[in-house]
Amino acid sequence: MSPAGGRQWTAVLLLGVAVVASVLTAVRFGSVPLSSAQVLGALSGTGDPIHREIVVQLRLPRALLAVVVGGGLALAGATLQALLRNPLAEPYILGISGGAAAAAVLTLGLGLVAAGSWVLPAAAFVGALVAIALVFGVATAVDHSLDVRVLLLAGVVVGTFFTGVIALVLALSDAPAVRGAMLWMMGSLGGAQWRTVLVGATYTLPAGLVLIALARSLDLMAIGEETASFLGTDVERVKRTALGVASLVTAAGVGMAGVIGFVGLIVPHAVRLSVGSAHRKLLPLSFLAGAVFLVLADLIARVALAPTEIPIGVVTAFVGVPLFLLLLRRSHQ
Amino acid sequence: MKLAAENLSAGYPGRRRPALDRVTLEVPTGSFTAVLGPNGSGKSTLLRALLGVMAPSAGRATVDGTDARAWNRRELARLVGVVSQNEATAFPVTARELVAMGRYPHQGPLRAERPHDRRVIQRALKRCDVTELAARRVTTLSGGELQRVRIARALAQEPRVLALDEPTASLDISHKMTIVGLLRRWADRGMTVLLITHQLNLAARFADRVVLLHRGRVAAQGPPRKVLREEVMESVYRWPLHVDCDPVVGAPRVVPLDPPPGRPG
Repeated sequence: MSPAGGRQWTAVLLLGVAVVASVLTAVRFGSVPLSSAQVLGALSGTGDPIHREIVVQLRLPRALLAVVVGGGLALAGATLQALLRNPLAEPYILGISGGAAAAAVLTLGLGLVAAGSWVLPAAAFVGALVAIALVFGVATAVDHSLDVRVLLLAGVVVGTFFTGVIALVLALSDAPAVRGAMLWMMGSLGGAQWRTVLVGATYTLPAGLVLIALARSLDLMAIGEETASFLGTDVERVKRTALGVASLVTAAGVGMAGVIGFVGLIVPHAVRLSVGSAHRKLLPLSFLAGAVFLVLADLIARVALAPTEIPIGVVTAFVGVPLFLLLLRRSHQ
Repeated sequence: MKLAAENLSAGYPGRRRPALDRVTLEVPTGSFTAVLGPNGSGKSTLLRALLGVMAPSAGRATVDGTDARAWNRRELARLVGVVSQNEATAFPVTARELVAMGRYPHQGPLRAERPHDRRVIQRALKRCDVTELAARRVTTLSGGELQRVRIARALAQEPRVLALDEPTASLDISHKMTIVGLLRRWADRGMTVLLITHQLNLAARFADRVVLLHRGRVAAQGPPRKVLREEVMESVYRWPLHVDCDPVVGAPRVVPLDPPPGRPG
């Protein structure tokens, strides 16, 4: 094992512990604060049944959803940055958030949410898939080899179209629906249930494994498709697989938690600043760091102005941006 | 291992004139072949089509007798190292990481670096005189340093064919001579070297064979003395030239002259 490889595993181990620690911390706090002993009691099934209900049915699935969504967004962001060779790329850059938000706003505006708690996430997921299909369709029609510049433009254009749809629906909706839509668009993990966690994990964990298996190809794609090809990569296959997988993970995340900004952009950069750009390190560490970041962000969103819950997008911006600037400054000193 | 093209044509969408027009040539095993030609004469396209990253519109290219498009890209990358012109540095990888990418075709997606990989990487860094740069991020390197790191990456592939597109363009005299001297030495030991360059005198001095491209076609090919003749070079480069034999190195020497009166320039 080389020294670099040793450091990598140490980092994975440390961040893995941090994920568990952040989840256990998040589970303690809320309208009813619990001690560590009470949490452990609830988890082992021996504690107060009310505590048990709070921990097992409310806080734990919520924290685990934060793990899945935060990790997934960071993973998707790192992947898209490499494929598009663009440090500004983030999971929503290909219009996915626009499609999801338009679908969500439509269901809210038309009052369809009354049909059940599953309607909104399902609609957002479908909206995201429609946006992906549109972007890939447009890009492929223009250039058969899926030129990443064309793809980026297609993403911007499709995103702009959905922004128009959102504006139209909002203009025609009443005030409560507009408020609901705005809050959804800033992201929330409030809808977490064991079912959502399960669905999210089903998408995100296999996707993570696929992307990690492509890590070396992503290293090469990040320095150029021609070079990647000369170094033995099947460029078209890698591009389609990685873009497809990253898009699905993002769509699943948007469906379950709305549009949560900054995680997919900032976490991969922060990890790059600490361990470099090789994707075999970058991808797993981004997943773990994104998970920790979103669990803690959600904790702040719940308790900072309790009993009012602030949108998690606000927290990721307020906490993520200064944190990132600090890292950036340190890395340049 | 030899490269060959038979009536190879290739073009880009939206352009009427093909970038390569019925090119037939051979890069023999263990030869040092230089490709010359004005800007836009099809040199880089030739490299892409010869190595199968670009589909020909007609004719075919072969690597070691097998159609270049039929090769598994990973297997080909174990035999052919390429230093191309365009490469992005959007993210700060270190010089060592960039050179280690030359091992990827040997490693596949998951296998970790082995002692042999590390030895090959060390040797490649040393041969290109970039060992001290190993820990530097490539975004902080000068153009010449980066170019040498990229040549080291191609060497780390342990190739039997080395193809380079303008590798010496940003190098100073000592590094330029070192690199071309190394290419010559590797060719003498059996490596097939294909060098695309604008440095006519360097090609004339070090290459065994020269291919002169003009508007996508082969204007002349053969030993430097046969190809670098005044009338051929003048008509291809559209500039008055003087060609003689360099008394110091004993190779053809091309000297661009002043333009005749009335011509722009």
